[in-house]
Amino acid sequence: MKEAHHKGHGRIYKYGMAIDLDKCTGCGACMVACMAENNISFRKENTNDRLTQNFWMRVYKISNGRPFPDSEISYIPRPCQHCEGRDHHHGTPCVSVCPATATDYSHETGIVSQIYTRCFGCRYCMAACPYHVRVFNWWDPKWPKGMNKSFNPDVSIRMRGVVEKCSFCYHRLQRARNKAYVAGRRELHEDEYQTACTQACPAGAVTFGDLINPKHKVYKLKDSPYAFRLLEKLGTNPKVYYLSTKDWVRKAGKVFLGNEGRG
Amino acid sequence: MRFFTKFSELDSTLIPKGVKRCSFQCFLVWIGILHIPLMVGVVATLMCWGLALNVTYLNNNFPFGLWIAADLGIIALGAGAFFTGFLRYIVKIDELKSIVNFAVVVGVICYAAAQGILGVDIGQPLRGWFIFWHANVHSMLTEVAFCITCYFMVLCIEYLPLILENRQINKFGFPRGFAHHLHEAMPTIAAIGVFLSFFHQGSLGGVPGVLYGRPFAFREGFLVWPWTFFLFILSAIACGPCFTILITKITEFCARKKLVKKNVIDILARISGRMLVLYLVLKTIDTLYWVKVAGDVGAPFGSFYANQPYGIWVLITELGILGVIPAIILLSKKTRQNEPLLILACLLNCSGIFMNRWIMTVQTLVVPVMSFDKFVSYHPNWVEYASTLLWLWLGAIFISITYRYLPIFPQEKELNPL
Repeated sequence: MKEAHHKGHGRIYKYGMAIDLDKCTGCGACMVACMAENNISFRKENTNDRLTQNFWMRVYKISNGRPFPDSEISYIPRPCQHCEGRDHHHGTPCVSVCPATATDYSHETGIVSQIYTRCFGCRYCMAACPYHVRVFNWWDPKWPKGMNKSFNPDVSIRMRGVVEKCSFCYHRLQRARNKAYVAGRRELHEDEYQTACTQACPAGAVTFGDLINPKHKVYKLKDSPYAFRLLEKLGTNPKVYYLSTKDWVRKAGKVFLGNEGRG
Repeated sequence: MRFFTKFSELDSTLIPKGVKRCSFQCFLVWIGILHIPLMVGVVATLMCWGLALNVTYLNNNFPFGLWIAADLGIIALGAGAFFTGFLRYIVKIDELKSIVNFAVVVGVICYAAAQGILGVDIGQPLRGWFIFWHANVHSMLTEVAFCITCYFMVLCIEYLPLILENRQINKFGFPRGFAHHLHEAMPTIAAIGVFLSFFHQGSLGGVPGVLYGRPFAFREGFLVWPWTFFLFILSAIACGPCFTILITKITEFCARKKLVKKNVIDILARISGRMLVLYLVLKTIDTLYWVKVAGDVGAPFGSFYANQPYGIWVLITELGILGVIPAIILLSKKTRQNEPLLILACLLNCSGIFMNRWIMTVQTLVVPVMSFDKFVSYHPNWVEYASTLLWLWLGAIFISITYRYLPIFPQEKELNPL
């Protein structure tokens, strides 16, 4: 492989995901793992209100809209798509609009970060994201009593009034990098950095890795004839690939607006 | 009682010479009445700051709501200040000197309101300064923040000579001289204001226009500016003077006297009408081009208006009822000089701009982008309404005090001899 390098920062990675929708059962383990791993708050008052509840990973249920016996359903787990953007003028949709540089696209890792302590809550990034990936802390963060004892010490708690989103478990990348550094290595193996949702999926539907490293599984999966990305036509250039052998699922994911692919 | 008499005496010494104002008691009652809805707005604002934004009906699907739409609308309505200044000091339409002061007063209120509403809208108001400190030069919102703040300062400088011309302050040599120098520098100050206003009016158009993830709002454009950048400037110029006329008429109604001559109002109305026609032509071209471009990337025109209450009536109302009708009224001298029709045209024009800003912000978020996304509608709750309307009451108080104590209408004495 011809190694890509970023100016002055060593080898570059493009971390991404491939989610096999034929394997996904919609169990929601990825959502639970994500919430536990990233200290996502939840309140009794809005547990059932999907418009104010904070999900970094959300599983959508779609159907082909046909009556029995032709009825089919599929589940679409949706983490942050970590878009690369269109071109120089149209970078990652949310990054290019943030007025306070509170979110950034890393050309070293391909990960879109969020700096909670810099975000002042204008929510322009949320308006820019067509995937509803970004969520706002409408409340003060709150957990059921005693749950703070199981917080992940590597992930900071977000205060109210700021936007948050999936980070591809960036703290795990930092931890893996530290371990590799101690072991005298600069390169990470595929299994050293995996997201919580990837590890939690009981069906093995989620594959995570470096999209430009031929040794990683996602490298091959993204080139599958069944692979597609959400809203490809918009040119957001996301790094989350989906696989489905069902035509209607691929269409539902690729197109936007209208009723063509609606489940 | 002694205090009241003293204040009453002080009040009469502050009122400009040669004009009549209502009694001090009457003025206090009027200001007191305005404080009732104002306090409701203050409570709503404190709730947002104290209890977090979950007290509103905003949610993760609607990060922008009434506040942002109102912000964009108010800034457009306040464009009367810079455009009247431009016409008076740069184009040299001398008649407009009779209304330019009042246009500045209206501008100060509008821009203060926009910043105040934004202070409630953002989740972390104490970090508001991050927009300047950690500025992202690629963001349209950064451009908006810088230009609005700078222009607000320009408006304050333009308002300053009015304060210095107060009967009591003007007795002293320094304030009198300073006001005189400020008046002499006004063409330069107005030119700076025009430059800044062009940019922030445009940048506000750029806010929805650059959202390429939202095909409803996204527009191609010229260099880094989407077409909405230019349309927002033009629409603001078209409606700003109408808003100035509208507020002048309301002030005349409350004061029960004529404050500005008909020919001055007529000039503003005529220019506003012509600008509105130009805007409507360009907006129609933009809409047709947008229909084609959006269709090419898989977003059929009908899908944008598939969910009620955001049906096709929205487009017809915005461009037809609130665009073409006021344009026709403002273009014809006969209809323009008929006062009820003129007020109707101004009302329709200002409502049109507000509707346009609502469409470009809220409807942009209403239209589902992913095919499996559910349509969700949004309507503001009382907290959002009250904290927005707070600025209307504050504005009314500001105009009342300014009108009572400062010489903002140079033709008042001539039109209403004592």
